[in-house]
Amino acid sequence: MTRFGVIRFPGSCDEVDALQACERYGDAELLWHRERGLRDIDAVVVPGGFSYGDYLRPGAIARFSPIMEAVADFARDGGRVLGICNGFQVLCEAGLLPGALLGNDHLRFRCRQVEVVVENVDTAFTRACAREERLSIPGKHTTGRYFAPPAMLEELEANGQVVFRYAPGHNPNGSLNDIAGIANEAGNVVGLMPHPEHAVNPLCSSADGGKLFASAALEPLPA
Amino acid sequence: MRARVLIRPKEGILDPQGQTVERALPALGFDGVSDVRIGRLVELDVPDIAEVEAMCEKLLANPLVEDYEVVSVE
Repeated sequence: MTRFGVIRFPGSCDEVDALQACERYGDAELLWHRERGLRDIDAVVVPGGFSYGDYLRPGAIARFSPIMEAVADFARDGGRVLGICNGFQVLCEAGLLPGALLGNDHLRFRCRQVEVVVENVDTAFTRACAREERLSIPGKHTTGRYFAPPAMLEELEANGQVVFRYAPGHNPNGSLNDIAGIANEAGNVVGLMPHPEHAVNPLCSSADGGKLFASAALEPLPA
Repeated sequence: MRARVLIRPKEGILDPQGQTVERALPALGFDGVSDVRIGRLVELDVPDIAEVEAMCEKLLANPLVEDYEVVSVE
């Protein structure tokens, strides 16, 4: 059974929902950010929230937490890492994912259900999805405008590293090319702004987010 | 030594804060203002100002989206 580890930073606020989402598909435990190892886990979730109060820039301080060195090693060895919202920001700041998240173009915090289209089903967190499948999951953030310089953006598109794209009319933040989530080149590290962990139970409007966790629980990993 | 770091959004990057301020100024009677950009100022006491650039690259700025400039302050 897949063992998930969910990191808790000071200022995280979605780690318990992420933990419960993971528990639907495997074993899961919280990992404190001061830890230097990842115990025996198979997949890491860097959750949403406001790590270190978003001081300086969201994710800028959290990336230097002791556990992030272990996450970087784990990712380099092909380990499955999912960053959600603030976790996505942390992974970008840490250089584990390309690009950056900037303030929403309208400057407001926006919380709403959004639809994203799965564009790449060959990543560790989308293998249980169908290509072009639409997922309905909530987005809630102030700093979610995905940006990459033109050459990098072109490369991401060419490599299929754009994993999730906001459906037409659903871009809540001004992200370039409607990008909601991206992967590293190998597809083992994925980050997205919307919150799949808040959409794992049909009683809470949608269970579509569960597919990301179900994907991570599939064995074996593709070579 | 006191160092001052000026951090700005890179040219070409949409700066909605700057745009909002730009739109607000005419309402106060300040006409003709354009290209407002909002950045960040960091001041710090450092033993060696030569190290500040590395601090910017690693933490104070995000070089992908921000330019920085280090100046010393007496």
